[in-house]
Amino acid sequence: MSAIQPPAEAIWWKQPLDRVEGTWIAIALVWSLFMFFMMPIWHIYGKQNLSNEAYRTTPQAYLAKTQAMVDQYTVRTETAANLPVVHPPPGSDVYLVGRLWQWWPLLELEQGQSYRLHISSIDWQHGFSLQPVNINTQILPGYEMVITITPDTSSDQTIICNEFCGLGHHNMTGKIYVVGDGQ
Amino acid sequence: MSKDLFRTCPESGLQFHKPAELLMRSNAVLAVVILLFGGITALLVTLTRWPKVHLLAADRFYQMLTLHGVNMLIFWMITFEIAVLYFCSSTLLRCRLATPKIAWLGFALMLTGIIVNNAAVLNGDASVMMTSYVPMPANPNFYLGLILFAVGALLGCFVFLGTLVIAKEEKTYEGSIPLVTFGALTACIIAVFTIASGAVILIPTYLWSLGYIHNIDAAMYRLVWWALGHSSQQINVAAHVAVWYAIAAIVFGARPLSEKVSRTAFFLYIAFLQLASAHHLLVDPGLSSEWKIFNTSYAMYLAVLASMVHGLTVPGSIEVAQRAKGFTNGLFQWLRKAPWGNPVFSGMFISLIGFGFIGGISGVVMGTEQINIIIHNTIYVPGHFHATVVIGSTLAFMSLTYFLIPTLFRKQVMLPELAKVQPYLFGGGMIVFTMAMMGAGTLGVQRRHWDMAFADNIANGMITYDYPGTAVAFMGVVGISGVAAVLGGAIYILVTVLSVFFGRPVGSESSYGFTTSTLTRAEPIAVPDGGHAAAGKWGFAAPGTFLLAMFFLVVFVLYYAVNWKYLASVWPMS
Repeated sequence: MSAIQPPAEAIWWKQPLDRVEGTWIAIALVWSLFMFFMMPIWHIYGKQNLSNEAYRTTPQAYLAKTQAMVDQYTVRTETAANLPVVHPPPGSDVYLVGRLWQWWPLLELEQGQSYRLHISSIDWQHGFSLQPVNINTQILPGYEMVITITPDTSSDQTIICNEFCGLGHHNMTGKIYVVGDGQ
Repeated sequence: MSKDLFRTCPESGLQFHKPAELLMRSNAVLAVVILLFGGITALLVTLTRWPKVHLLAADRFYQMLTLHGVNMLIFWMITFEIAVLYFCSSTLLRCRLATPKIAWLGFALMLTGIIVNNAAVLNGDASVMMTSYVPMPANPNFYLGLILFAVGALLGCFVFLGTLVIAKEEKTYEGSIPLVTFGALTACIIAVFTIASGAVILIPTYLWSLGYIHNIDAAMYRLVWWALGHSSQQINVAAHVAVWYAIAAIVFGARPLSEKVSRTAFFLYIAFLQLASAHHLLVDPGLSSEWKIFNTSYAMYLAVLASMVHGLTVPGSIEVAQRAKGFTNGLFQWLRKAPWGNPVFSGMFISLIGFGFIGGISGVVMGTEQINIIIHNTIYVPGHFHATVVIGSTLAFMSLTYFLIPTLFRKQVMLPELAKVQPYLFGGGMIVFTMAMMGAGTLGVQRRHWDMAFADNIANGMITYDYPGTAVAFMGVVGISGVAAVLGGAIYILVTVLSVFFGRPVGSESSYGFTTSTLTRAEPIAVPDGGHAAAGKWGFAAPGTFLLAMFFLVVFVLYYAVNWKYLASVWPMS
């Protein structure tokens, strides 16, 4: 009987498997398991993993921490809006705010050094998309995400918002400058 | 139960319960009307993302994109699926439909919900995308419309389940329900889960938008909302796989290679597909890697395994049927001799290939916990889901329509020559479209973004970004192929509307519009001497399909490896 009719045999579950099905199921299962174990294996041997370290926060508390960093480490201002460019010491905690519609402040990091990058939103949901290196994460209000990040290329990066956040969404940009040692 | 409540289609032998028939027709027609609206918005969105054209202003673009998403991903799909559910229960089981009045109530609620939701978006204060992520507020009617629609769809699901009960009570069939009905049951169970999740998140959000609830946690919203958002697309998967099996049976008289395997694969969908909410949360704060890995892989990729099984058994059953008819030369005569001029088949087969090779592989790759870092929210994501939902589900439903016009609507297919071309234009356009989107996404182009040239930023002395020329070129290809696909969609709507409302009634088999006369009544194939394997090769009943499956696996493995390699080139993170 065809697929739009009841099965021909009343006890259809006893019908033996055709070899083509059995072989394919075995191959597909092995591949499925391989793909599954690739993820934990990459946590051990791979270098690109999110720590999933995150804290609950509030817009006020998070802004205060960011402001303190800006006050201490601003090296210059840029763009028509005079945005601060912050050069924090290697290994330190770096704070980035996503808000309607900018990434604040601009960051300057040293190549080959690691930083604990904190990101949070103080209003709606945003998307942190670093281009051209192409790193993308979701940024939520009320949650402070921490990623230990090591810029290992010298190219400057633009942060683009990649979660729709209203009319100015496509204007929401930011910057991570990467500079060589001793600059 | 009066006899004249039923009519038997003389060509297909299908038996229609008249109240169910009217409901199927109404749901199908409503679905096509929504598809028309969705198609118009698709054109506007495509023409805006085509960098050289950049048609709409920003506010209009986001509004049209919201309409496009909601109408296509939720309203078109589910409305058509309700028609499919009624068909798979009442028609395939030759049974009266349970409680037609409640089914009509469901239809009315769905229609009202669509109007309320669309009106809110058109009003201009609900351009929040289909996802309506809190705390970005929308006009409360946006959520209310979705809730009304969901309640209506839930009633449709209950009518389907009730019909299964009646069919069993009244013994309208013997043994087990047909495989296609089993697939529809899978879709229905996933739909109930989906709608329940939708209620859990949308009702509080509605109350929040009215001011009765103070705060909705953004992370919690995403977790529960995606149990609606992603699972609703899994209804489509279960439904279109059922449609694949149905079309294989209708066109070829194909029987499942084994009922056990196909049904177990559907059961794996029920057990594991709903975990896919995690696919959208892989780079979210607040979730552990253990949670992400288990859920994103549907617990060790068991639902992917299920799709890989269907991907073999559907064409495999066609191959076996064709071989039983004597197309046994070489590995692929069965495929060459398939009715490529019949859109019922050609659409279904393009749907199968596109869903597997493009939608399936890209979905698994970007759903890998770490690889998602280089893909999340880029235009790669809509590239993926246009391959699953448009090439997979929509094209499968379109091909089914060409069978339903003569059988359900009793009308000849008008403009048959155009209808023949339609799956190729629509499917081909979408194949190029989705692959170009994935290319652009790999280069970091964002989804849901009005201007990749950042003209506003340049004019106002703000920070800008220059995308590589290749990315801009890819978006140009997205524009061109998108327009081609919209044209294919327009032909579908033209043919369907002309046939249903102005078509000549079906008088005989020869007036179907296609040379499907022998095919629509295809009898289940007989088993040849020595079993099906005797007509195949290497002891395989379907050796050609097996070779195709191995080719699929090679593409899968290579593409998977390439993406790990790409990820390894990104800045180290921990």
